[in-house]
Amino acid sequence: MTDNKYRTDFPIFENHPCVYLDSAATAQRPACVIEAEKEFYEKMNANPLRGLYDLSVKATDAYERARQEVASFIGAGSPEEIIFTRNTTESLNLVAYSYAMNFLKPGDEIVTTVMEHHSNMLPWRAAAEKTGAKLLYLEPDEEGNFTDDEIMTKINDRTGLVAIGHVSNVLGCENPVRKIADRAHRYGAVVVVDGAQSAPHMKVDINDLGADFFAFSGHKLMGPMGIGALYGKKDLLEKMPPFLSGGEMIESVSLKGVTYADIPHKFEAGTVNAAGAVAMAAAIKYIQNIGFDEIRSIEDRLCEKLFEGLSRSSHIHIQGSKDPKKHNGIVSFIMDDVHPHDIASILDADGIYIRAGHHCAQPLMEYLKVQSTARASVYLYNDERDIAEFTEKILNVRRWLGLES
Amino acid sequence: MSLESVYGQVLNEHNLHPFHKGETEGATMMLEGKNPSCGDDIFLSLKVGEDGTIEDGSFQGSGCAISQASVDIMLDLVIGEKKERALELCSEFMNMIQGKATPEEIEDLDEAGALKDISHMPARVKCAVLGWHTMEEMLK
Repeated sequence: MTDNKYRTDFPIFENHPCVYLDSAATAQRPACVIEAEKEFYEKMNANPLRGLYDLSVKATDAYERARQEVASFIGAGSPEEIIFTRNTTESLNLVAYSYAMNFLKPGDEIVTTVMEHHSNMLPWRAAAEKTGAKLLYLEPDEEGNFTDDEIMTKINDRTGLVAIGHVSNVLGCENPVRKIADRAHRYGAVVVVDGAQSAPHMKVDINDLGADFFAFSGHKLMGPMGIGALYGKKDLLEKMPPFLSGGEMIESVSLKGVTYADIPHKFEAGTVNAAGAVAMAAAIKYIQNIGFDEIRSIEDRLCEKLFEGLSRSSHIHIQGSKDPKKHNGIVSFIMDDVHPHDIASILDADGIYIRAGHHCAQPLMEYLKVQSTARASVYLYNDERDIAEFTEKILNVRRWLGLES
Repeated sequence: MSLESVYGQVLNEHNLHPFHKGETEGATMMLEGKNPSCGDDIFLSLKVGEDGTIEDGSFQGSGCAISQASVDIMLDLVIGEKKERALELCSEFMNMIQGKATPEEIEDLDEAGALKDISHMPARVKCAVLGWHTMEEMLK
């Protein structure tokens, strides 16, 4: 029996019993989310935003209601500031291609950090190459904290754009986005926040954060894969050219010219993933019904157990803060003389699933002086039995490899 | 698949005490092999004589137990052999990892046959073939 009353909401655990500790890669979905996607196709499927008949109007309404849900989830003033994308990566690329590449100029500086996921690093590198702007990286201490000095020195009157992850997908630490945004705004720079790892776990208010853009994915917050969102401040979105062009994003086209649709549709070329958006909204409602206080308390308790369990081996070294409460459900670690891939394979034999590798954050690995790490991440459906099983079986890993008898 | 069939004595022994880790004096070929999915990389060095005999060889770099043991076993097998024989072993090994090798081929692979159950671990195939693939590139 599980001690977690939400676990039975997730069909995967019945169909494929396992210890799932890879929610930072993708979350599992509750039945209500799967049902919402199914319901869209069964009851309101038509191409939204252009049909002139009842069913298409239904589909459009459902899609636009989902946009409202997403907007209120992160405190956006108006639904038109929410653009549906495929995922965080696409959201960040949209900002890089439509904003940075058009509004930054040689001599400007783009500031990001060494702990970013590649998807919040490579688009900025491309934008820097294209515009002649310079790319700078904020460097944290080993627990993942940025000193005031680091922030003050690197963000200055040359800064045109700051791109920062809200929560690190490796260290689990929450970055001081507000402080960084305040500094950036003093110099008129635009602030882009990668919220992939924060939106599923904490109440996000883009106004409190000072974000001009906020990107996140549906699949990490229990929504479907292939749907994500980008919040952008209205005045910025309005002056940006479209990212992709084609159908559903124009007002009129002649052979001589084109007038683009208003935001947000200007940025949603082609047939949209309406069913995905509707199911993402269902995931948001599921989260809101439980509440972030409850989610946080489950995750904190599990993280504490993870720390306790992992500290039973002197060969295991947790990366980042020593305080489990500062990990936001993400615990990366290394084990002496053992490659993380071997850890993951050995645990896999017991149906325990963790992530191992560089977590799409190779520059951070280099910075931490590790080749790669193992990562266990929890979400609201994990229970203490998951953690007990994981922390017990991990003690056998070195024995399997002949390092201990 | 049981863990014993992969993380057995042969693999652990070669991983913990690799015989060929280090440098090769007078190496005639050197190539870096990378496994982008896990960030592993190895530097393989071979000393190939004028008659095409692999006289010596070694590897450097770090990686998981499977990639390290696999390359060490490989060097055990190919040192002293002609290039053609090394390439033949390579193709047998690739067959084995894809689950396509005949019992005779696995027999021919000697200690490397200890890695045959990797064919049931798709996520680790790249680790097992890293060294072999690198050698193949060098000798072809």
